[in-house]
Amino acid sequence: MSSEKIIEHSEAAARFNKDVERVNWHDETLWFVREKRDRSAHQIADWELLRETASQIKNNVLSNIHDYLIEFEANAQKNGIKVHWAADAKEHNEIVHSIMAKHDVKQMVKSKSMLTEECHLNDYLAEKGIEVIDSDLGEYIVQLRKEPPSHIVLPAIHLKKEDVSETFHEHLGTEKGNIDPQYLTESARLTLRDTFLTRKVALTGVNFAIAETGEIVVCTNEGNADMGAHLADVHIACMGFEKLIPQRKHLGVFLRLLARSATGQPITTFSSHFKKPRDGKEIHIVIVDNGRSTQLGREDFRNSLKCIRCGACMNTCPVYRRSGGHSYHNAVAGPIGAILAPNLDMSKNADLPFASTLCGSCTNVCPVKIDIHDQLYKWRQVLVKEGHTPTSKTIAMNTMAKVLANPTIFNIAGKSGRFVMKNIPGLVNNKMNKWYDQREMPDVPEESFREWYKKNSRESKAKNNE
Amino acid sequence: MSSKADILKKIKQNQPAFVTELPNLNLLGSEQFDILETYKTVLKNIGGDPVEVTNYSDILEYIKTNYAIEKRIITTITELSGIATLDWTNDDPHSLQDVELNIIKAHFGVAENSALWVTDELLGQRISPFIAQYLAIIVHKKDIVATMHQAYERIGNEEYGFATFIAGPSKTADIEQSLVLGAHGARGLIVFLLD
Amino acid sequence: MKIGLFIPCYVDQFYPKVAIATYELLQKLGCEVHFPMGQTCCGQPMANSGYQYLTKGCDANFIANFTGFDYIVCPSGSCVLHVKEHLHDEKQEELAAAMRKKVFELTEFITDILKVESIEGNFPYRVGMHVSCHGQRGLKLSQMTELNAPFFSKPEQLLHNIKGLDLVSLTRKDECCGFGGTFCVTEEAVSVKMGQDRIKDHENHHVDYITGGDMSCLMHLEGILKRQKSPIKTIHIAEILNSLGN
Repeated sequence: MSSEKIIEHSEAAARFNKDVERVNWHDETLWFVREKRDRSAHQIADWELLRETASQIKNNVLSNIHDYLIEFEANAQKNGIKVHWAADAKEHNEIVHSIMAKHDVKQMVKSKSMLTEECHLNDYLAEKGIEVIDSDLGEYIVQLRKEPPSHIVLPAIHLKKEDVSETFHEHLGTEKGNIDPQYLTESARLTLRDTFLTRKVALTGVNFAIAETGEIVVCTNEGNADMGAHLADVHIACMGFEKLIPQRKHLGVFLRLLARSATGQPITTFSSHFKKPRDGKEIHIVIVDNGRSTQLGREDFRNSLKCIRCGACMNTCPVYRRSGGHSYHNAVAGPIGAILAPNLDMSKNADLPFASTLCGSCTNVCPVKIDIHDQLYKWRQVLVKEGHTPTSKTIAMNTMAKVLANPTIFNIAGKSGRFVMKNIPGLVNNKMNKWYDQREMPDVPEESFREWYKKNSRESKAKNNE
Repeated sequence: MSSKADILKKIKQNQPAFVTELPNLNLLGSEQFDILETYKTVLKNIGGDPVEVTNYSDILEYIKTNYAIEKRIITTITELSGIATLDWTNDDPHSLQDVELNIIKAHFGVAENSALWVTDELLGQRISPFIAQYLAIIVHKKDIVATMHQAYERIGNEEYGFATFIAGPSKTADIEQSLVLGAHGARGLIVFLLD
Repeated sequence: MKIGLFIPCYVDQFYPKVAIATYELLQKLGCEVHFPMGQTCCGQPMANSGYQYLTKGCDANFIANFTGFDYIVCPSGSCVLHVKEHLHDEKQEELAAAMRKKVFELTEFITDILKVESIEGNFPYRVGMHVSCHGQRGLKLSQMTELNAPFFSKPEQLLHNIKGLDLVSLTRKDECCGFGGTFCVTEEAVSVKMGQDRIKDHENHHVDYITGGDMSCLMHLEGILKRQKSPIKTIHIAEILNSLGN
């Protein structure tokens, strides 16, 4: 939400890489999560069929989402749930605030919701004098540190226990220097228990909303969504409209995939199905667009809306692991964030689709088979066409295109100094050739292949002998 | 209401013209394995404790031996009234904050992930499985299904206000990926597997 | 069988020995091999940077040079993938479409078209295989660790009969090296770190050589190895497969 100038991914990543040990640790920790995902996925004989099935269900949802939303709303209302619609982040925040205001409540306990991060709800409510406490342990830690989450499933994965210990010492009065995760978690448990017991409004995210029944499903390991919702008078659940699935039985597919893809667990500890409010209490569901309908209309990018927010693409991404979530300057980081963010703001997020080697691992782990790396490639084309790339790069590319399209010029350029590699420095906004910073250039051979070929190939020898 | 109309209008314009069919789910869930053994193994792997019992007196005995029964124990199961109270289901949910142990029944369990299906009618109060320091859930061995597909077949169109799958104790790994049991909910979960 | 030899521009200029090995190997395997002298570059450096619209000239030049061959073979999975996915020509799209189907990476051409199961050779070293992403995840030259599917590897299969070659099993079997085309300079810090980490994995397995099917990845790794003054060397798989000499 800050109005600070955005630091581009490459620069933020360069800073992140200054502390080599921390980068190693970050990489290895997330790789360990990826390995847990592999072990778990490889135990399910039908894994690839499950992914295909989930993908087809989501394709069906996208092609029929208008009717599913109407069906969902009608069923939710029948169940006694109040349904709200928000066109954008601002309206979402206003709706949440109006519910708080109606009940004259100034405090909220919130479980993990990436949508509220996307809408910057906390900052909005703070301006209105409402205190929000994030109850997911990772989110609680980053909130105390006034940082955004760096990962959608593991919000504090950029921090070490020493960092958490210091933060808790400062804010919760834990023993200085006690870095035992058990001890630190217990301290948060005690503090947050008091929060749960005193809050009248609880906000949660939504993992799945079922059109057929009008119920929503919220998955957590900690039980924090339930602790909040079942103790509060008012439960507000916020969801992007793409969270819809057609029928209850489809949960069988998604719940098998979600936690295994995310952390390698066979299922989250709690998969809670909220269908009706408790007697005398309220459930509100806020259905949010905020650019999603635009993305739905972009044929090349619409299936990014299939995402179930498992975070597997982040854990497997060799670039994410070595640049950290904050370098993506977006609520959702990593490969999926890089294909969602340009839809929200192209000029602000033009760097993100380039923060990838297009290695394709993200696409392979995606439980709903989003073609993430192909979309990264396609976003690059769109961003260039829409003029979001530096002029120096466009000039270099035009020169390159001209030379490469013309064999005669290419041969001259090649002889005079190995054209392609020499032109790479022109692609960055920096006079120095970044290749050399930490790498050597290949030795220049005495002759190129084509020179060798002219002398030594069978056809040239035959010609020479004629 | 205008936002609703606008959003739906834009969605209608932008959603793909071609409707993709829903896939056939019957191809899934045919994995063959020992259901009870798998259930127990998975539960142990995620921090829960399976205990095989033949009747309620086994359960009573186990709880008396393993829990501080002078502390507050609640249940919704009349057979356990000797060690636990039954008269809390209409109380203010906040008053359950001092519960040490809650013992409830599950409709059924799922072998592939050890999850147990509970609904309003078994919970007494929605908060009960979350707010207690420890949780014990009873399930009949015959009521364990193989995978989530069989689970949802069994749930079908069942009516409930609230329902949840519970798999193991509450946990977090948000500090350096170190697993800690008892994040906000129960610190431990015993599953009594009843003959 | 008439083969058009498609040599990536940087291989032509920096690694002629890789091109020579490919040329000789294909001839040994009974192919009639021609190198069209007018070839330049497939256009991938531009396309992956978002300038695919500037590659029409490259496409036209590629088509002009490679018309009339039974197959087009290239010792680089990455360049082949680019051609397979993006070669177009508004004026003669049918020709472009047919050409996209005729382009093969060297090892898959040997295993799938020539149906050669293994190649005799001699390379008495400990070798780590760098699996390049575009060859693996793009062309499916080998199984990917993310998927729940049986293992196979076309390049590895070809190395089985190379005498003395001791192929190590890496800890991270198919992690990207960080080259990524222009990524290697636009995201220099991450690119180099990824390369260093790949090298560490090979080092931990005490390899003498790192081999692979894409010289671009190997050039990046070689650049780091040289800067580190490492004794580990890089070698393209074509050079190992051609180790028996003529």
